[in-house]
Amino acid sequence: MIKVLIPTTLRSFTDQNSELLLEGATVREVIAALADEYPNTKKAIFDENGVPRPFVNIFVGENNIKKLNGYDTALKDGDTVMLIPAIAGGAPEKSLISEERAEKLTNDEIMRYSRHLLLKEIGVKGQKKLKAAKVLIVGLGGLGTPLAQYLAAVGVGTLGLIDFDEVDSSNLQRQVIHGTRDVGRPKVASAKDSIKQINPLVKVETYNTMLTAENALEIIEQYDVVADASDNYKTRYLVNDACVLLGKPDVFGAMYQFEGQTSVYYAKEGPCYRCMYPAPPPAGLVPSCAEGGVIGVLPGIIGTIQANEVIKLIVGGGESLIGRLMVLDAWKMRFRELKIDKDPDCPICGKHKTITELEEYDYEEFCGIKKQQEEEAPVESITAKELHRRLVAGEEITIVDVREPHERAIVKFPNAKVIPIGQLARRQNELNPDIDTVFICKEGKRSILAVNTLREAGYKGPMYNLKDGINTWARDVDKTMPQY
Amino acid sequence: MIVIKKNLLEKIEAEAEKSYPFECCGMIFGSIEENKKLAHSIRSVENNFGGEEYHRFLITAEDMMRGELYARQNGLDMIGFYHSHPDHPAIPSEYDREHALPVYSYLITSVKDGKADITASYELSDNKFTAEGISAV
Repeated sequence: MIKVLIPTTLRSFTDQNSELLLEGATVREVIAALADEYPNTKKAIFDENGVPRPFVNIFVGENNIKKLNGYDTALKDGDTVMLIPAIAGGAPEKSLISEERAEKLTNDEIMRYSRHLLLKEIGVKGQKKLKAAKVLIVGLGGLGTPLAQYLAAVGVGTLGLIDFDEVDSSNLQRQVIHGTRDVGRPKVASAKDSIKQINPLVKVETYNTMLTAENALEIIEQYDVVADASDNYKTRYLVNDACVLLGKPDVFGAMYQFEGQTSVYYAKEGPCYRCMYPAPPPAGLVPSCAEGGVIGVLPGIIGTIQANEVIKLIVGGGESLIGRLMVLDAWKMRFRELKIDKDPDCPICGKHKTITELEEYDYEEFCGIKKQQEEEAPVESITAKELHRRLVAGEEITIVDVREPHERAIVKFPNAKVIPIGQLARRQNELNPDIDTVFICKEGKRSILAVNTLREAGYKGPMYNLKDGINTWARDVDKTMPQY
Repeated sequence: MIVIKKNLLEKIEAEAEKSYPFECCGMIFGSIEENKKLAHSIRSVENNFGGEEYHRFLITAEDMMRGELYARQNGLDMIGFYHSHPDHPAIPSEYDREHALPVYSYLITSVKDGKADITASYELSDNKFTAEGISAV
């Protein structure tokens, strides 16, 4: 005989019997015997197609039959078969916007947002929350573009836009919220115009300024959620810290060349940016998109994912990217997902907090910006005009181009020697230490690295950095040369 | 209605606070008398949801099996489960309802900013959760 143990929840099917003695050589036979005696148990264990319900597990002794031979697991006299339900639950999906704040929709809005209202996950309830929501977008560049466009289109009530910069023609390859005629305008003004075209019902607040430790709390405080679409570490840490201190979620996105990353940092419910990245990489080590480039559609993909996460936080529901980092390689077109844990020792959201306000914290020092400036100070620079004057005067000067081969394909510097930074130390004997050497790159940053590299390698000759790079040569000396 | 000793309720609340900001969960053992459940002891279980413990709990089949064996060895029945709702009221979620089974009591302790707030109990009937009284003795 086989002893079958029935859990309390199933005893209504077995006349309240908690133990039964049944015959059978396999689990299948015993279950069939059980169903014979108590036909209703069959409904509890199997669905209408005869497939075992996922919440019922069957154990023989202490072993789950999934790890044995399933329903064909052989039984011997005296074995115990246990029916075990799976137990799960949890708090409801939380929305950032309370029911009381939800705003009524007009008939025009019902028509405009019809496709959202048709989704049971969003519906009128969710759309009203979107209308009440206030979202701050930090940075109106590549990532800020789709964030602003989609969040405006879907009817987020108030959008805050913060960016100190102006539209440059090199932005237009990906920042499609700005048009050709916006070049030279503040990005926030250009973005606001586009948003009004997309959806005039959206309130737009603009901040044509840099987010700083002084103004971050005051600005972010007014919003329900922040989308970080910035392009630098200082702003990322600042946005994160302000969000943690104010208890707001930080919907993060970043990208470089072909790789994009996105996550939701929300210290109330999961890890924050500092849990993931306790410290930024040394300044200058990770190039920006301005130096390394970025494929035009990548911000469109990453920024749209950010917008999607913002919507879910407001509406409530779905599976948030809290605690998960999505990484996209757009060249191989592969998404990867990394799990991020909350760091109990995190200085801002951990158990022993050391960062409790922003103004006392030195973001420039933390991100190595000051150190970099101090270290770089001794590198002497020469302006494009001065270099031109000396070359015209017939002075003998060595010019070294440290740019990448594909950058030289954009524009070559006349009479320059080409040495990649990685080979400088080894090839320093190709330089004449008795004459001046001028290093050139795109923006005058890598050329400083080149001078420092050679100096460390023991090169004694005089070295200069072409101030602001080859682009200033094109601007101030040879106007026929392209800038990039 | 579930009758439970005050010290057991305090143990559940302490555990809910300790797990904050994650959810805690555990089993309740005792006996069932007509319309009344008598809680005798509780057993804490590691939350095995894997990644979303801040708003989910899962008791694995292995833990359930050990709980059933423990109950039977001690002449008890598994009569319900407890879990916490960090920063959320002690009201069952849709997710709770979808995963609930009849007969069992579902005790929920809300935790606000790390402090246990309210504990309420629910039972599934006709596929709906209905509040049941907690009698602390």
